[in-house]
Amino acid sequence: MKKINTNEELHALQVKLAKKHDPEKARVLICMTGCKAMGADNLLAAFKKEMKKAGLKDKIEIVETGCHGCCAGAPVVAIEPAGIIYHSVSPDSVPEIIEETVKKGKPVDKLGIETSEGEKFHHRNEIPFYKQQKKIVLRNCGKIDPTNWEHYLSRDGYAALAKVLSEMKPENVIDEVLKSGLRGRGGAGFPTGKKWQFARNAKGSPKYVICNADEGDPGAFMDRSILEGDPHSVIEGMIIGGYAIGADKGFVYVRAEYPIAVRHAYNALSQARELGLLGDNILGSGFNFDIEVREGAGAFVCGEETALIASIEGKRGMPRPRPPFPAVRGLFGKPTNINNVETWANVPIIIHKGSDWYSAIGTETSKGTKIFALAGKVNNTGLVEVPMGTTIRQIVFDIGAGVPEGAEFKAVQIGGPSGGCLPAEYLDLPVDYESVTKAGAIMGSGGLIVMDDTTCMVDLARYFLEFVQDESCGKCTPCRVGTKRMLEILENITRGKGQEGDVEMLEELAVSIKDASLCGLGQTAPNPVLTTLRYFRDEYEAHVHDKRCPAGTCRALISYTIDAELCKGCGACLKACPQDAISGEKKKPHVIDRDKCVKCGICKNTCKFDAISVK
Amino acid sequence: MSISLSLSAAEPDLSGLDDLLDGFHHVPGTPDTSRLIPALQAVQEKYGWLPESALAKLGEKYRIPLSHIYGVVTFYAQFYLEPRGRHTVRVCRGTACHVRGASNVLATVEQVLGISDGETTPDLEFTIETVACLGTCFLAPVMMIDENYYGKLDSAKILKVFDEFGDKQSAKKISVGKTTKKKTGC
Repeated sequence: MKKINTNEELHALQVKLAKKHDPEKARVLICMTGCKAMGADNLLAAFKKEMKKAGLKDKIEIVETGCHGCCAGAPVVAIEPAGIIYHSVSPDSVPEIIEETVKKGKPVDKLGIETSEGEKFHHRNEIPFYKQQKKIVLRNCGKIDPTNWEHYLSRDGYAALAKVLSEMKPENVIDEVLKSGLRGRGGAGFPTGKKWQFARNAKGSPKYVICNADEGDPGAFMDRSILEGDPHSVIEGMIIGGYAIGADKGFVYVRAEYPIAVRHAYNALSQARELGLLGDNILGSGFNFDIEVREGAGAFVCGEETALIASIEGKRGMPRPRPPFPAVRGLFGKPTNINNVETWANVPIIIHKGSDWYSAIGTETSKGTKIFALAGKVNNTGLVEVPMGTTIRQIVFDIGAGVPEGAEFKAVQIGGPSGGCLPAEYLDLPVDYESVTKAGAIMGSGGLIVMDDTTCMVDLARYFLEFVQDESCGKCTPCRVGTKRMLEILENITRGKGQEGDVEMLEELAVSIKDASLCGLGQTAPNPVLTTLRYFRDEYEAHVHDKRCPAGTCRALISYTIDAELCKGCGACLKACPQDAISGEKKKPHVIDRDKCVKCGICKNTCKFDAISVK
Repeated sequence: MSISLSLSAAEPDLSGLDDLLDGFHHVPGTPDTSRLIPALQAVQEKYGWLPESALAKLGEKYRIPLSHIYGVVTFYAQFYLEPRGRHTVRVCRGTACHVRGASNVLATVEQVLGISDGETTPDLEFTIETVACLGTCFLAPVMMIDENYYGKLDSAKILKVFDEFGDKQSAKKISVGKTTKKKTGC
């Protein structure tokens, strides 16, 4: 690796690398990030072994990539240049894939991805999950080896940085970002260009930029995937931001629970340093900038910007009142600009392709694309990038292939613990910052959890309250005590001890907590309760008045029963029950002793005849 | 408030700690504490937990009051003031896992190991902890044992995982199922 001293050198290198890593060359792309959890290591080993056997070892590159998007299909393999994708690939299929697809560019029919209508697809531009997305931020994820800087450079990597340093004044960069309409992807949707302007205009030196990679919302994993799959795009965005606001130092604050993301970030930073893209006099421009990684230590509240700053300063991660905003008084008391991973990753392509190109995508008020982490009761769990304004129906049903068979869509939870639940009547809601907020949720970082008729909305509200209560830093009373009281009420309701007036008390507390809390965590904590009350009040009432859980989730309000007609008396449940609560003779219907049963559900999972039901 | 940090009688070996801590000098112009958290992470990486004597040394070296260090350590979920099990079982409580039955996963793991969330087995083999989200929602409900993911869990599968884990580790065989049933509450 040689240091790049000038724009010309960078450009020459990009041309050379684009040839070396020509997208038309045959390549096998295996996700080695999320898919590792489903056996990608074994699959990679099988490919290496079989390629050697086939004599292709030095001819065809096997690329260890980041996330392809469809995590439900893990491990995922793509074969280029044909653009053929296989899901849930077993090492046994590897010889066939090499013979047909790698050598001849033909799909292996039986490995096709089947839709619920029984159609089979093999190509990326045919498979419903992939073809309906617009990948801008994730353009490199699943296509390049995130640990290999050559791959990033070969795809116009750092071209935006070169443009900025050679042709643009900091003010022009900010103008371009303003014109693009980019808004913060971390939740609140504040215009990124404006935020940069505040930090640029603030008096004080040095200035700092921070990448918030403390992705704490349960159910969100887009930031993790970007850092894992394309870390250089985040770094490039940060250098550009640093130049625009006049900072010479950046921090990436990343969750320690994401070991691969942490590793890839460190790796990319040291490469950028060696290439001279970080450090002194970047590309001969006279601009100096470097980035340090800080690993979080497990505190959700550190996703809040002032708490995150406190954490980097080596303090308890507690928020402080704003103003002064970090743009004026941030890290170490100096002007600081914080954006999240997805926001930073948007910057290089905006500069490279121009604000006009970017602002043509999306809606009137929300430009560009948004990445959603689709999870819960949906067939195609994974990462989905779509233009702003795409409807929930398109995301959940067209791309996500709907809820698993036999279940019925009930609601979608959007925005994590600060967001809310939207019922089926909002399926055709175009998702942008304004419309989601109007419906009572927030865009948040983009977690989309699909729920079916077995999800109890009261229990879900309790779950989120338990989460925020646990993560409340304790600094301000409304959040510390208020969420505790709300949680107690919700616990009582889900345990069948709900009383008249509980629901009204929840509403009253919610309003006070929203109004009086110090930071975003407290101010949004009641949202899950408020939206479930707004759309699913009947469920609360069933719990309080009838002591019944319509979804069959709340343990105190349900019971397990064996259907005597369906039970074959096989004894599997009897053996599995840890409480000895099941009795019965062989080949005769068994029964559950309600007094002994602790409702753990092991019997229901064990029964092969669907004879055990829960009500 | 008494600051009794360490519960372990066995004093950890502090040799080499000074060298380790050398890498965490604060940058001029920033507060003394600005590299405290990375330093704590390094100490924990070395010992598996944060012994009081090591924290005292850290505080002395960088002129940070032990009270401040204690405040920081107890604020963040990933700092431990007690020794931990050789294996950490992390049960995900994320939203996707929740709607797919994470509470049963925790209940079953607790039952299998005979300890509750946050506790360590007396033989120091396992510690159970719950995490907000492992970011592997497609595997929901999911848990990790050390660096390995176990996804799409139900009670029966968890029993199997621990059964096989015990075999593989050739450590003390983990007793699963019936033998732990004296514990009430699932």
